[in-house]
Amino acid sequence: MTAVALCLAAVATLLALALAGGFVAATSFGRALVYGGTLALSLLVLLVAGDALLVGAAGETLMLPLGLPWVGARFHVDPLSAFFLVVVSLAAAAASLYALGYGRHERDPGRVLPFFPAFLAGMILVLVAADAYTFLLSWEFMSLASWALVMAHHREEQNARAAYVYLVMASFGTLALLVAFALLAGPDGHYAFAAMRAAPPAAGAATLAFLAALVGAGSKAGLAPLHVWLPLAHPAAPSHVSAMMSGAMTKVAVYAFIRIAFDLAGSPDWRLAIPLLIVGAASGIIGVLQALMDNDLKRVLAYSTIENIGLVFVGLGFAYAFRAAGFPAAAALAMTAALLHAFNHAVFKSLLFFGAGAVLSATGERRLDKLGGLLNRMPATGLFMLVGAAAISALPPLNGFVSEWMILQSVLLSPSFPQWTLKILAPAVGAGVALTAALAAACFVRAFGIPFLGRPRSEAAERAGEVDRFSLAAMAVLAALCLVAGLFPGQAIDALAAATDLAVGAHMPSQSSMPWLSIAPVAASRSSYNGLLVGVFILMSATTASTIIHRFASGAVRRAPAWDCGFPDSSPSTQYSGESFSQPIRRVFGRIAFVVEERIDMPRPGETRPARLELRLGDRIWNTLYRPLIVAVERAAVQLNRLQFLTIRQYLGVVFGALVALLVVLATWP
Amino acid sequence: MKGLAFDVSHMLAGGLVLTSFLLLYQNRLYALLNMYSLQAVVLSLSVAWQAFVQDASHLYVTAFIALLFKAVVIPLTLHRIIARLGIQRDVENVVGAGTTMLAGLALVALAEVVMLRIAGGADVLAREDLAFALSVVLLGLLMMVVRRNAVSMVVGFMSLENGLILAAAGAKGMPLVVEFAVAFSVLVALVVIGVFLFRISERFDSIDAEALDSFRERGR
Repeated sequence: MTAVALCLAAVATLLALALAGGFVAATSFGRALVYGGTLALSLLVLLVAGDALLVGAAGETLMLPLGLPWVGARFHVDPLSAFFLVVVSLAAAAASLYALGYGRHERDPGRVLPFFPAFLAGMILVLVAADAYTFLLSWEFMSLASWALVMAHHREEQNARAAYVYLVMASFGTLALLVAFALLAGPDGHYAFAAMRAAPPAAGAATLAFLAALVGAGSKAGLAPLHVWLPLAHPAAPSHVSAMMSGAMTKVAVYAFIRIAFDLAGSPDWRLAIPLLIVGAASGIIGVLQALMDNDLKRVLAYSTIENIGLVFVGLGFAYAFRAAGFPAAAALAMTAALLHAFNHAVFKSLLFFGAGAVLSATGERRLDKLGGLLNRMPATGLFMLVGAAAISALPPLNGFVSEWMILQSVLLSPSFPQWTLKILAPAVGAGVALTAALAAACFVRAFGIPFLGRPRSEAAERAGEVDRFSLAAMAVLAALCLVAGLFPGQAIDALAAATDLAVGAHMPSQSSMPWLSIAPVAASRSSYNGLLVGVFILMSATTASTIIHRFASGAVRRAPAWDCGFPDSSPSTQYSGESFSQPIRRVFGRIAFVVEERIDMPRPGETRPARLELRLGDRIWNTLYRPLIVAVERAAVQLNRLQFLTIRQYLGVVFGALVALLVVLATWP
Repeated sequence: MKGLAFDVSHMLAGGLVLTSFLLLYQNRLYALLNMYSLQAVVLSLSVAWQAFVQDASHLYVTAFIALLFKAVVIPLTLHRIIARLGIQRDVENVVGAGTTMLAGLALVALAEVVMLRIAGGADVLAREDLAFALSVVLLGLLMMVVRRNAVSMVVGFMSLENGLILAAAGAKGMPLVVEFAVAFSVLVALVVIGVFLFRISERFDSIDAEALDSFRERGR
């Protein structure tokens, strides 16, 4: 069987599993069946897609007599979709393994088990669809299945609101994609991707389709300012689903954008790279700042997803600009960086969400200020979280460093742009990327340090214990993958060659043939990186340092000083808290990105109440962009509500008037 | 033959539009029903002529159905309902008759313009047929909008439906099933509306549709 047929067979089995999940949800056998099934099927898809990616051949198109009668449903696996299939199925396999253990804590499995396989099936279908109709249908299916999972714990009021906002934004995104495909299909209605590629649209239509795709795919991926639903919806779902949504679904959106902008929309126009770069950099900075301010562990991770998607889009923007300028090697570098970062983000963000889920199931708490000291109680989870946090902070020798370094390498090639606009914009975007990376490191020092180090801030955190073996196994696999992909980046880059070939028409020079496993994106004389060497150096220097410290330093007798390392008081609330850690950054960036109000409530002399620092955070984007929109919609709804209370004759009159008006339009249309 | 065929069908379709205007002008219920019978007779003649011209024998069945139900059964039934309920037999128009007629003229002109634009290249016979059919539909709707009395609303609805039949008969190759379906849907509508009328008049001693609204206001 071909790759596409195997993928469709996996989708069919997943849908059957989703049906079965509804019936056996209440039993522990049901959990094992559903998650075991999704694990096996996603491993199958991983193998199939990995094979298709490495072989790099354009597979055959499978046509099924489904959907619209004169369109049919086309399915196709090419290297680009194969790469994203690898990302999605890897995240899904890890999430299934994790859920085999984590699913035990689910209060209402009947609301999760049927939708989890359906969600996965939807994502695979989007990736293998080869015509606009099938694509949009699968896209909506994916959105609705994930919406149902967000609603899994619907009794919590916040979740209902999150699901509502998500539903509205998802519909909006699909509408934008619909417009994009309609423009690409042209007046004759070429819905198949192959036909769109053969007959590229005129320049104006292509520009509009590009922008519509940026809005549609960007709203699903979480690009600012369309990101507002993401930090609400992703954390509301059960943790393994949060991991899938952040790790896999945002990548499906990135795929949709690459497919439309790079593959279907014809020859590139350099001006379109400008919104791409600006939106990407803005998402990075806004996402990471929000992540730094938030006090909910899962929401921190969701905001950080926005940041990483922003970085991916910066990479895509450079790839697009280089392709438009006719520099295939540079375009290949930027595209490889974007794809690699998408892969890396899927790995470490899933890992971090699993860790957050483990913390949640061990303590019942997501709030940073209720956690603390978990490293002693959950050493394995802590170690894996540490690996994930280091990887997402782009610390060598882990995988996050490689892709962010490559994005910055492509920024360094920007002086060769022929357009002055891009020459000036690119360094600014590069500075934004650097700022984002630095703030991300601060963010994850906080997100790891506050819950895992110090002393417990609540009784729940004090009584926490290590989680089950399945969860640990899933985290261990992903942590190992972070390390392996960071130590051997050359192999990962070479595996992406076929996908970048398809997107920008070129690929990076082969890296695995370089001596000593180093990588050199442009030329070895310019810059190169050797993950293994850096790793060995870090390991050796750390070992040496710790040996020296333990051998020579701790032998001396110490006396406890009076100030006790700043902890003279034994209460855990004297420790650094999440808010206090982020206060300097909040003070610096607060006025730009947020509406920050800090007020000190000082008691008068003689009063016995404690002084208080009150902090209010407002989201500027929500206030300026969404609130007026909501008010306008509500006003319009009140006005339209009158239509509910007309008399029979008035209703007839409305119908009659509409008909006559349409006929008049028809008669007078030029 | 072609010239004659066109002239006769043009005349009959035009007659249908003319009867629609007559319907608009009537302000007594019985006269309204008689006019409706006349329109149905013209319709069945027109359909029969189309059957003859197109050499489509199934259209004779359609013509017969139209004659039987629309010219005889439905008006008689409505007569009986009106007599049984003792409904006041003069009709209040919302707008005056003159204004209504002018609006009707404008609608016919609109229908002609629309048809000339969208079917300019089509067969002249089919195009004129469609233009008249659209005029009849629009006039039926106009009648439903400007009348207060429920019975005349029903009549307006059924004359609208006559326009649909005319359009269906003019288009070549329209299968009989469709026409059966349309004819029966009107019958069902008659039954439903008849029951409805009984209920309204039982409850409010009037079949003025405005009475329903006051009921709904209270229910709200």
